[in-house]
Amino acid sequence: MVIRKGWVSPSVLPGFGLTIGVTGTFLALIVLIPLAALVLKAASLPLADVWRIATDPRAVASYRLSFGAALLAAAINGVFGLVIAWSLVRYRFPGRRLVDAIIDLPFALPTAVSGIALATVFAPQGWLGHWLAPLGIRVAYSWVGVLVALTLIGLPFVVRSVQPALMEIEASLEEAAESLGATPWMVFRRVILPAVLPALATGFALALARGIGEYGSVIFIAGNLPLRTEITPLLIIIKLEQYDYRGAAVLGLVMLCVSFLMLLAINFLNAWRVRRGGGGAQ
Amino acid sequence: MTASVVALGAASGAVRRSNPFVRRVLIGISLAFLFVVLLVPAASVLGYAFLRGPGTYLDALSHPDTLAAVRLTLLTAAIVVPLNTVIGVSAAWAIAKFDFRGKQYLVTLIDLPFSVSPVVSGLVFVLLFGAQGWFGPWLREHDISIVFAFPGIVLATLFVTFPYVAREVLPVMEMQGRDAEEAAVSLGASGWTVFRRVTLPGVRWALLSGIILCNARAMGEFGAVAVVSGHIRGLTTTMPLHVEILYNEYDLAGAFAVASLLMLLALATLVIKAANEAWGQPGRRLDRTSSASRQP
Repeated sequence: MVIRKGWVSPSVLPGFGLTIGVTGTFLALIVLIPLAALVLKAASLPLADVWRIATDPRAVASYRLSFGAALLAAAINGVFGLVIAWSLVRYRFPGRRLVDAIIDLPFALPTAVSGIALATVFAPQGWLGHWLAPLGIRVAYSWVGVLVALTLIGLPFVVRSVQPALMEIEASLEEAAESLGATPWMVFRRVILPAVLPALATGFALALARGIGEYGSVIFIAGNLPLRTEITPLLIIIKLEQYDYRGAAVLGLVMLCVSFLMLLAINFLNAWRVRRGGGGAQ
Repeated sequence: MTASVVALGAASGAVRRSNPFVRRVLIGISLAFLFVVLLVPAASVLGYAFLRGPGTYLDALSHPDTLAAVRLTLLTAAIVVPLNTVIGVSAAWAIAKFDFRGKQYLVTLIDLPFSVSPVVSGLVFVLLFGAQGWFGPWLREHDISIVFAFPGIVLATLFVTFPYVAREVLPVMEMQGRDAEEAAVSLGASGWTVFRRVTLPGVRWALLSGIILCNARAMGEFGAVAVVSGHIRGLTTTMPLHVEILYNEYDLAGAFAVASLLMLLALATLVIKAANEAWGQPGRRLDRTSSASRQP
């Protein structure tokens, strides 16, 4: 086992060379080289072309839908996710464990399944759609459908981020606030919200990042009309189907840049959360 | 442990003090939201699958194309899950048991596939191996197909499931420290023995959790695989892609029948994960931030 001095601290434990070699090799082969190929493909185009493709009205409309719906869905999940996490942590009610377990369902359920289920349920004749249709609310094949799908996908991120932070709030803090005459609303705003805010922001960012790139659960319910209900990942696939590799690469690069920004934001929020002691062993 | 005791104390204290009206309203909102967004769509999968009776359901499942899709999905997972398990455990060992420069960057890079859109995850392989891709002409000359064929499906699935095992195992391995391993080495144990007898027993539940999550995603991946598969019926369609094809052909009963299998997979994953958390690592449930923030 050759261990290069200066790069790695000496250790009596064996296996560094082997394990870092396996990790590095496969990371490069499976993740980094393919991603580099995308960047190179887009970079091989003249800058003017890149700009033209990236700012094409159809592309811009798709960004607006993908980002807008993901943002709104993350906000909805921020509110309802907090309420759900609160109910699960603070209250005991029949079925609480079951509810806690099914929160993870969107993580485990293949997106194609949630996609066709949402599209069918919210279709005008569907289980929920036929209640909404008389009210003039059209969910399936509109941007509202995109919103519903992204809400489903993002929910567990918020709940699972906020739950541990809520658990760690010391009862004595709330009791102290109450004994000093704070109303429950004040306790929530001045004690609880500040304590869970980093975790809530992390959950929001994770849900947002997932929502921006989401494909499977959205395309069945979205209707996929160009300029109206077409998400960016779908536009990439359409370009690929037309053998427009350059167009697909440019849009892919736009999405990749957004992913990097979201990753940076999430790492930053995680650091904030850990610093504030909002839960987590790391 | 102390944290969990405090948390339990806080929770029970709050239960005693909580305003019954607020309590009812908040639980009501939670349940109503979950009912509409989660429960009804999930239940509808089974409902629509059996809409035309069990006969149609069984016919849809025993259709040759469905069986081919099931086989392809199982085969893909059989390659991807073991490979990513080895890579994930290797990565966790190198990162948790050694100090080296750039460690934090390595962790971020391993997490990268979580933040990349599934469609982009598939796109990169088309740009590498597709007809107009970097290696396209060379591959055609040698009559090798990667994109729109099985290897492409495996590669895209490897990409999207890359972080799962590492991200479950790493924090637990870090918490273990290195003392036990160092003691074992000083007593003359070989590296493999140290891993198997000292490290593995402590991380086995996290490892199991990583493997089942990796497997669920490998079997259920849609976006990335949709890009590289080419949708050749009975040949390059995994179960999620087969669901899409049937749905687009207005064969709702068929689409939902295949979907119900994937739903079973998801439920089994959740049950194993819950059992794992309840029995495998008491106390870990209360400390899930790190786990949650790492999810896809």
